[in-house]
Amino acid sequence: MHQTPSPPTVWRRPPLFGSLWRQRLAVALVAGYLVWSTSTLEVNVERALAGFPRALDMFARMVPPDFSRWQLLVNGMVESVQMAFAATLAGVLLSIPLGIAAAHNLAPRPLYLAARGFIVLGRTLHEVIIAIFFVKLFGFGPVAGLLTLAFASAIFLGKMIAEDIENVRTGPVEAVRATGAGFGQVVVYGIVPQVLARAAGLAIYRLDANLRHSTVVGIVGAGGIGQTLSASFARYEYDFSLAILLSIIALVALGEWFSDWVRRKLR
Amino acid sequence: MSYPRTWRRRSPGESAVLWLWSAAVAFAAAWSVSALDIEWAFFADAHEQAIDLASRMWPPRWSYLPVIARPLIETIHIATLGTTIALVLSVPLAFLSARNTTANGFTWALGRALLVASRSVNTVIWGLVFVAIFGPGPVAGICAVAARSVGFLAKILAEAIEEADRGPIEAIEATGAGTAQVYLFGVLPQVMPVLIGTTVYRWDINVRESSVLGFVGAGGIGLYLYASINQFAWQQVLVVLAAILVIVLVSEALSAWVRARIT
Repeated sequence: MHQTPSPPTVWRRPPLFGSLWRQRLAVALVAGYLVWSTSTLEVNVERALAGFPRALDMFARMVPPDFSRWQLLVNGMVESVQMAFAATLAGVLLSIPLGIAAAHNLAPRPLYLAARGFIVLGRTLHEVIIAIFFVKLFGFGPVAGLLTLAFASAIFLGKMIAEDIENVRTGPVEAVRATGAGFGQVVVYGIVPQVLARAAGLAIYRLDANLRHSTVVGIVGAGGIGQTLSASFARYEYDFSLAILLSIIALVALGEWFSDWVRRKLR
Repeated sequence: MSYPRTWRRRSPGESAVLWLWSAAVAFAAAWSVSALDIEWAFFADAHEQAIDLASRMWPPRWSYLPVIARPLIETIHIATLGTTIALVLSVPLAFLSARNTTANGFTWALGRALLVASRSVNTVIWGLVFVAIFGPGPVAGICAVAARSVGFLAKILAEAIEEADRGPIEAIEATGAGTAQVYLFGVLPQVMPVLIGTTVYRWDINVRESSVLGFVGAGGIGLYLYASINQFAWQQVLVVLAAILVIVLVSEALSAWVRARIT
């Protein structure tokens, strides 16, 4: 006696995590975590609630943005742009040996492992932490910011270039090698043409990213517009802060648009 | 027609363009570097300074580890709660700023403006703003993480919405569903994998960002790192750095594992 189960009369949204039980478990876990985390955070509720009227007050003092000290603003912005540009270039130059060293099809094993380890280590630490160390070594000012961004760019580009080198087609490389070319010639004629277009796009992307990051390394004294912003917050000059924030948004949006435009052209 | 007898990589025109670009880049670089007023003397003894710093850091003072256990957990909490808030806020913002789901040109422009504003300001700078509002502490950090992440999530989600398949949407429309129902049952299920994948990805970026939020007083491990540096307690600094390294690497591995499972 076979009885086909009656088809369901009510539609149910299919669960996201495979089965209904797993979905319930996931929801319970998330809810449990949220309760645990909010309870362990040392939140000063009174102070946080006092934030809402303070926020209104702050906004009132922010508007209208004060562009009267535009010279300070422009100086900071120009410094940020210079920092980002010089850092990108230095990063590109440094990333080439790093990228070659971190590609397993070019570098000997010990060098490959050392370069990969360096990349993992460098990627993990936030730019601001790296900036602190450069400020300690080179003093306050844009040089520390420049070195920080150059370091971060070299790590990022080195990783990307290494991955591109590992993915090159072996045909052209072997063809160049078959002509009797040395290591340098193989790299220049066999590998560079294959990775150059993407690497150029990445470098432009990195310029845009550096522009964005150059606004933040100033918080620890590494120069640029971030330092101006941080100072304006410390002096409660919120109308000037808003002017700086708006300028940063405009600069970053412009940089993003430029980077998109160049990368579209490159493709 | 005679063929060239020697092989050239680029045509004369191509090399001219290349040279022009190189010259422009070199010029801009020279301008940037010269305008930055670099004190080259600092470079001369930088390696000595670095060795000195390294020798002060060793050996790491592991007894500091119990002290930073709580702030480390707080750092992860800030990242997770901030990402959660961003996830909730990013869905309506994404629908607002996707061309095919926004109400009209004005709402689209509004959505796009919010996206740009959120994404252009760095998490640490958002931290500065929220510390001024809520006072120092993790609340400011959570808000900062949420404020920066909402634009990131919404931008990618909006792109996914714009690329959503028309078929299921029309099928839901054909049942007589209202706009909200179409979005909920026709669009959202299609972009769900993107939403979850991006959120998990952003979470691991946020763990890294939260590690420095303490520098502006927005809670987490950064405060302890900053204090240790200011006290020149370099052996503690090394411990904090190692701890940050571990939580960032673990969160990165976890996020990569989850993303590999969904896609």
